Amino acid sequence: MGLDMPRTFFRPAAAAAALGAGLAHAAYDVDILPPASPIAQQIYDLHWAILWVCVVIFVGVFGTMFYSVFKHRKSVGAKAAQFHENTTVELVWTVIPFVILIGMAYPATKTVLDMKNTSNPDITIKVTAYQWAWEYDYLQDGVKFASLLSTPRSQIEEWEKKGEKKNADYLLEVDRPMVVPVGKRVRLLVTANDVIHGWYVPQLGINQYGIPGFVKDTWFTADRPGVYRGQCSQICGKEHGYMPIVVVAKPPEEYAAWVKEQQAKAAASGAAPVQVATVTHAVAMPDDPNKKWTLEELRTAGAKLYQANCAPCHQPTGKGMPPAFPALDGSRVVNGPKAAQVALVLRGKQGTAMASFAQLSDSELAAVITYTRNAWGNKAGEVLPADVKSARQ
Amino acid sequence: MSAAAPAHGHDHSHDEHAHAHPTGLKRWLFTTNHKDIGTLYLWFSFVMFLTGGVMALLIRAELFQPGLQFVNPEFFNSLTTVHGLVMVFGAIMPAWVGFANWLIPMQIGAPDMAFPRMNNWSFWLVVPAAILLVASFFVPGGAAASGWTLYPPLIIQQGMSIDMTILAVHILGASSIMGSINIITTILNLRAPGMTLMKMPLFAWTWLITAYLLIAVMPVLAGAVTMLLTDRHFGTSFFNAAGGGDPTMFMHIFWFFGHPEVYIMILPAFGVVSAIIPAFARKPLFGYASMVYATASIAILSFIVWGHHMFTVGMPAAGNLFFMYATMLIAVPTGVKIFNWIATMWKGSMTFETPMLFSIGFLCLFTIGGFSGLVLAITPVDITLHNTYYVVAHFHYVLVSGALFAIFAGVYFWLPKWTGNMYHEGLGKLHFWLSVIGFNIAFFPQHFLGLAGMPRRIPDYALQFAEWNLWSSVGAFLFGFSQLVFLYVVIECIRSGRKCEDRPWEGADSLEWTHLPCPAPYHTFETVPEVK
Repeated sequence: MGLDMPRTFFRPAAAAAALGAGLAHAAYDVDILPPASPIAQQIYDLHWAILWVCVVIFVGVFGTMFYSVFKHRKSVGAKAAQFHENTTVELVWTVIPFVILIGMAYPATKTVLDMKNTSNPDITIKVTAYQWAWEYDYLQDGVKFASLLSTPRSQIEEWEKKGEKKNADYLLEVDRPMVVPVGKRVRLLVTANDVIHGWYVPQLGINQYGIPGFVKDTWFTADRPGVYRGQCSQICGKEHGYMPIVVVAKPPEEYAAWVKEQQAKAAASGAAPVQVATVTHAVAMPDDPNKKWTLEELRTAGAKLYQANCAPCHQPTGKGMPPAFPALDGSRVVNGPKAAQVALVLRGKQGTAMASFAQLSDSELAAVITYTRNAWGNKAGEVLPADVKSARQ
Repeated sequence: MSAAAPAHGHDHSHDEHAHAHPTGLKRWLFTTNHKDIGTLYLWFSFVMFLTGGVMALLIRAELFQPGLQFVNPEFFNSLTTVHGLVMVFGAIMPAWVGFANWLIPMQIGAPDMAFPRMNNWSFWLVVPAAILLVASFFVPGGAAASGWTLYPPLIIQQGMSIDMTILAVHILGASSIMGSINIITTILNLRAPGMTLMKMPLFAWTWLITAYLLIAVMPVLAGAVTMLLTDRHFGTSFFNAAGGGDPTMFMHIFWFFGHPEVYIMILPAFGVVSAIIPAFARKPLFGYASMVYATASIAILSFIVWGHHMFTVGMPAAGNLFFMYATMLIAVPTGVKIFNWIATMWKGSMTFETPMLFSIGFLCLFTIGGFSGLVLAITPVDITLHNTYYVVAHFHYVLVSGALFAIFAGVYFWLPKWTGNMYHEGLGKLHFWLSVIGFNIAFFPQHFLGLAGMPRRIPDYALQFAEWNLWSSVGAFLFGFSQLVFLYVVIECIRSGRKCEDRPWEGADSLEWTHLPCPAPYHTFETVPEVK
């Protein structure tokens, strides 16, 4: 954080000091990010045009006021005039702003119409927001995956551990970005699964709410290859600040190769992805396959993991909030065979709020499952990391 | 300081005229006197201002640097939510009602408000509402954490604090409606002979219009939160698509309330500034009639612009365009006001005591908020700035350096009338300069953060936002702690201020200055004044 002052404030042409992939972030940015789509370019130009008009008016009006403040003060002997009301003056200062506004509205109207024209897309991607992840479904290509924050929790929660160095793209990085071809019209169908979210990528000129139960559409064309980052723009619960968006624009041939690769992967795994939970690693658990765990150790670690990941729905009491969130206390699944419960927690359950918790480690999963099997009225014995490991395969 | 025996800490002058008045706590509990109730409202709003301010400082402490240092994300969300609700419903609105109570009867030559008992009830309703709001932090699940807009379905997920918030909103709504009926009735029926509507001070005018806005929109908010309540507990699906409802409908209803609401907070500020600038320029307001018409135009337009809060919802192009044009139109009457104030200053004989300083601060900074509002009105630009820090900067320029600065200006202006004492001018000016500097360091950089794409209501942020956030936090703490100077000035003025003359401001010429001594006696205009 040097003391370099804001880079020149007035720069309508915006030196495209790239935000791009992993480049040094300019510290004292004062401008809209360099546009990377035709709409974003129009927004950029509109903003500067209007800002200039405002600046000129501001300087004119308040220049007059400050002139008056210095000239017409009692201490320099100014005598108060008593004039008031002048129809001509009042008409002029009503009409002139009106005309200026029409001048502003005209180009803005053209952009609005352009933004709303979602016809003739080259590809269509359905974007579904979850608490707290994005899911991208390439409708024509059968590629579908979830995109989650990849910044480690240890960099975020400084009360756990201070001073861990943060990644360059701290909070703006994901495990699997959306990939799009450069120069193609991409239509987005935006919706949400639980609460309202906002798919916001400023450099592409898009900020679209995902509203549960409704599908809204918007479009963009990335006009050059690059990595464009954004965040959820509408408050959506505790992890609202932790659901970034990354869009990678690639040349069409590279994009085609990427699609093939994804399709091959999906075919190999053979399973339709379910909703993926954002997990909290509430305790430090060594993921050592050789460690011998006792039931009590697993239970203690599991209790913390349960509070952090499960209790919001299933409640600290294990009573859940039926019917949406079933009780675990006395549950047949929890008190039944190990394998079924492990599979359920690992993969989630299609069509319900139960998400996949596969990002927890084997020992974490073993701990939290053991906890649920031995908490409240349940007494169903422990699940070992090895059980989880074998269930993953 | 003054040799006069200091009055009791809690009041100004109540004993000369009053014989059977209860004293102590009972006086305040049972009072039907518009001045007492005005005082209650003003102190209440100051306490809420500090409460909301502490929340703001917790927010800025967390945002001082990237990473989570002090609060967890849920609590952070509760802080932003309750900060907003407390400042809007607990600080700004009650402060204006306090001004209305103190000033409107005196300015129109009425002995008191039209419904004194209802007036007492209006005030004593806001206290339990505020307690409900603040207490919701301590119930299981923590306070409302959905942003002050209370959007479903997020709000449906939360615990009993939401029910407390809804109840608080209902109570505050009832209080506001009663207060508004009282103000409208007072203005329309209790004006002294000769005090025609077009002779009223602009503060009375702006409050008359504000009161109509309140009556129009508070029931709308009440309806919206009632639907939330039934969605939460009684199996309705107003805002649940699975049951045939629509979350977007809540936004429409909320903002149909919400946009007039921002004018409810700012119109009385226009009234105060329209009283102060002519007084310190020693020159009549340039265009009185056009000010009245501009205020009314703004109020009417405020009903047809709510969609500009919803450009990212995905309304059809026609909807977006309509709301864009309507919103831009508001710049015209607002411009008329700004030009009028400057024309009033032009060729005046100005002095710059604290009320005037705050009014000039208001003029410059509120205009910056107006311009950023114009930028946000442009639908495509709004798309890239919606729910970013640019919006946070915009509405703080309008509500802090707009409404709040006008409240400060008004307090300094009328303190002599209220207390009979003069405040400490030097400390008042210190308060002004610290506030202006702290405020701008806190909020100007937020424009840049928004332009660079930093979303609002996040507890933690990417590294490129670190520098401006640091400055913003420094400014916020400076601004926050400067308000203790204000508290000191007010208390010093009440307890040991120098006795002031009956006309402390030579240019002030409304009834409360020309017909009444300082301090204003407990009962005023018991015999109706004649206005020429």
